[in-house]
Amino acid sequence: MERVKCECGHVNPPGTILCEACGKILDPNEEKKLIIDMRYEGAARRSQTYNRTIIDKIWNFFSSVKVGVVLIVLALIASAIGTILPQEMNTTMNVPPKQYYEENYGVFGRIYYLLGFHDLYRSTWYILLIAAIGVSLTICSIDRALPLYKALKRQRITRHNSFMKRQRLFNEGTVENWDDQINTVSERMRQKKYRVLTESGNLFAEKGRFSRWGPYINHIGLIIVLIGAMFRFAPGMYVNEMLWIKEGETKAIPGTDQRYYLTNHEFIVEVYDESDREVYREALEKRGKIIKNFQTNVTLYEAEGEVLPGEDPQLKEIKKGEIRVNHPLRFEHFGLYQASYLLNELSAMTFQLVKKETEEVIGELTIDLENPEKRYDLGKGYIVEILAYFPDVEFKDGELRTKSPNPNNPAFAFQIRSPEHPEGERSVVFIQETLEPLGENDYKLVFKEVDTVNYSGLMVRKDRTLGLIAFGGAIFLFGVILGSFWQHRRIWIKWDGGKLLVSAHTNKNWYGFMKEIETILADTDVPIPIDRGGGLDKPERANKGGDVNGSTK
Amino acid sequence: MAQLSSLLLYLSFILYLIAILFFGATIRQKKGIDQDRGNKPAAWPGKAGVGITAIGFVLQTGYFITRWIAGGYPPISNMFEFITFFSLMLVGAFMILFYLYRIPALGVFALPIVVILIGYASMFSRDITPLSPTLQSNWLIMHVMTTAAGQAILAISFVAGLIYLVKNIPQNDKKKAVAVEAILFTLIIFVGFIVAATGFALVGYETEITYNDHTGEPAVVTYKLPPIFGPNEYMITAGFNMAPMIELPPWIKASQLNTLTWSVLIGLIIYFIIRLLARKRLFALVQPLLQRMKNDVIDEVGYRSVLIGFPVFTLGALIFGMIYAHFAWGRFWAWDPKEVWALITWFFYAAFLHLRLSRGWHGENSAWLAVIGFAIIMFNLIFVNLVIAGLHSYAV
Repeated sequence: MERVKCECGHVNPPGTILCEACGKILDPNEEKKLIIDMRYEGAARRSQTYNRTIIDKIWNFFSSVKVGVVLIVLALIASAIGTILPQEMNTTMNVPPKQYYEENYGVFGRIYYLLGFHDLYRSTWYILLIAAIGVSLTICSIDRALPLYKALKRQRITRHNSFMKRQRLFNEGTVENWDDQINTVSERMRQKKYRVLTESGNLFAEKGRFSRWGPYINHIGLIIVLIGAMFRFAPGMYVNEMLWIKEGETKAIPGTDQRYYLTNHEFIVEVYDESDREVYREALEKRGKIIKNFQTNVTLYEAEGEVLPGEDPQLKEIKKGEIRVNHPLRFEHFGLYQASYLLNELSAMTFQLVKKETEEVIGELTIDLENPEKRYDLGKGYIVEILAYFPDVEFKDGELRTKSPNPNNPAFAFQIRSPEHPEGERSVVFIQETLEPLGENDYKLVFKEVDTVNYSGLMVRKDRTLGLIAFGGAIFLFGVILGSFWQHRRIWIKWDGGKLLVSAHTNKNWYGFMKEIETILADTDVPIPIDRGGGLDKPERANKGGDVNGSTK
Repeated sequence: MAQLSSLLLYLSFILYLIAILFFGATIRQKKGIDQDRGNKPAAWPGKAGVGITAIGFVLQTGYFITRWIAGGYPPISNMFEFITFFSLMLVGAFMILFYLYRIPALGVFALPIVVILIGYASMFSRDITPLSPTLQSNWLIMHVMTTAAGQAILAISFVAGLIYLVKNIPQNDKKKAVAVEAILFTLIIFVGFIVAATGFALVGYETEITYNDHTGEPAVVTYKLPPIFGPNEYMITAGFNMAPMIELPPWIKASQLNTLTWSVLIGLIIYFIIRLLARKRLFALVQPLLQRMKNDVIDEVGYRSVLIGFPVFTLGALIFGMIYAHFAWGRFWAWDPKEVWALITWFFYAAFLHLRLSRGWHGENSAWLAVIGFAIIMFNLIFVNLVIAGLHSYAV
């Protein structure tokens, strides 16, 4: 394909529809139209010009807005499907997901699971779909923005008549003293913030060209956001851990490589009462408790020096703080969020060793349910050993086992050694009962009391992609606002041997543009352009005569 | 303060109703309607309509402020408060677009939607409820208020689209005429809900039903409308002893389906009464009144409101939403159903804009799209909140 030289002397790239400089129609197809298509200024786009190599074909595929819209609609439908049933990642399941979906949602749940919709947003095809939108965004933008930029840069003041007459807003008429009025018109245009250029009686006024870059800027923003989202998969960029910490405990914060430690001093739950506000009474009566505050009071430490395995680290206090919902504790790139809690969890059990015959209390032992010791020496030859510990006991298939590592329903198998029985008596102790599997014992362990503790569930998050995503979001919004709240308006007036041709174009908001033109041209002899319509009304209405040769009055 | 707040809302509701009449009178007048571009001054009923709407807006803003003072937080935290605020924003958006284009017909269509929304909102609990810890956030306030504003401006494109369709779809085009009628009927279903809920509340109807939910655990639900549909293995434990007609499997939310059924039933009755009296389609009644409007201008109003609404929606629903989520939950995006539907809304309007810019979808196509867009917004507001549970379920 070859470059096209226009009669105005400008050499256009191959595939140009309207001459970049004067606007003359170069494509015979466009000539048939009453109003020319001004999209992208009729500039030559790569996708419309080349279609030979495989790269051309891929480029052309992704440069089509139609393809872009299809991709958007596919993403839309896919996203909607993912909301029909709860996603796996947002659900707490005690059973494998396959079973969960089947049990809760029947056959439909089963199909939903089999199709992979239970984890749709992390599925490869969904991510590829979003990536394809990203590619489409990039190629569409490059394919259009560069030619548009060139065409707008090369446009001249004087336009070809074929360009003038085929604008949506157009009128012509004879004017006696144009030379006297051109200054008035220019001045009024300048007051309306137009950039006005004149050249031998021809006038070109333009404003808001920057709004044409809005769409491309917002696309750049989106691409940055997508790149940011991609970085999440890079190592070290993203941490998401849960820290269950009980009151009084100091624990390493997961995800920090044992560098940071946290002490939970106190976990607080506050509820509203009427003293907060009289108007809350009705709601409180109907609903009972409404939580006012969840809070963990903590101290953050940093481990000093090299920490050897099995050795307690030297801790240096960094800060004290309160972690509340909506008010995370921040350090380095981490955030600690109040996410969950458990109240009154069993932490320790106290037993008394009793001689059955005399009811005499020999001694006491307190078992830490998280780290029970193997052996408790009560002195005078009395020793209690733990043979087995079931934090969350159940009886299944003829034997005892634990359902979970959490001390919800602890049970112990003890060996009780006493001076009478140095090799020990065996006793299995549950919360409610005691079994003596090897015959009647002389000694028993009597349950005395439990200690409970409150746990705070803290979410440990690090997301180093945030900055990039926020930056992309800001650029996106800037571009969208640029493109939607402003418009690119242009007015051409051409002195054509006694006749004045007036035409105007905007990329949107024609109604407001017409009003502006009417104010600019009021009380002058310049014919006010007629809106020949966006093609939605019947032509007779749009072409209604009467106004052609003068002002609206 | 709380009583004053309710009174102000009630007054604004009445004023909007009156304003509809004035706007209606304007479009009935042959001369009053803006014939060409709409830049001629509106006739007096139109001016009165705008004036009354403006007073209503001020009073409703008064409702918002007084309730804020009473409750100690901006009233945007439950269904009643949010929908009421959304309706306030809708009035605001209508006034902006009216100021730009001076089209009284916008009021004829926008204000009934406002009235229906306020009525619908009032069916939810109106108690001033203290805020749970997650909701105590300034980012949440920004997020919700900006989203409501964005959705309201987008809703004006629905109003313009509806006007376009009512004006241009010929009565003899069976499929499309039925579709346009269906849009109006959907609005009537909301009226049906308001009538049913108010009616049964007035006679003091309430039934408490115990049932087994999908996990097999017993649960309790309160019916405020007589149960046509009962939940799985139901048992009436308190209130009116009236057995449901049909028992549903556990994975369907029976009480919601019951409410919907009642709304549709009453809606159908209202609709057929209107049809019997008018002897033609509902939109055929309005159609002749709109003929003097210019399609190009209606179309532009719709496009303009998407252009203004889209950035506001993006800022509120997505950007502020993500910032809020970041602080509240530690992650800015959680694929929560409400979040996903906000994204779907955003995708949809993005597709709308691209189709318009590049595929030349103007006029009728664009009007249909505007209707679908609003349907998505409403779906997210009502269905996702009430039926699909998630992090955002602060409803009722």
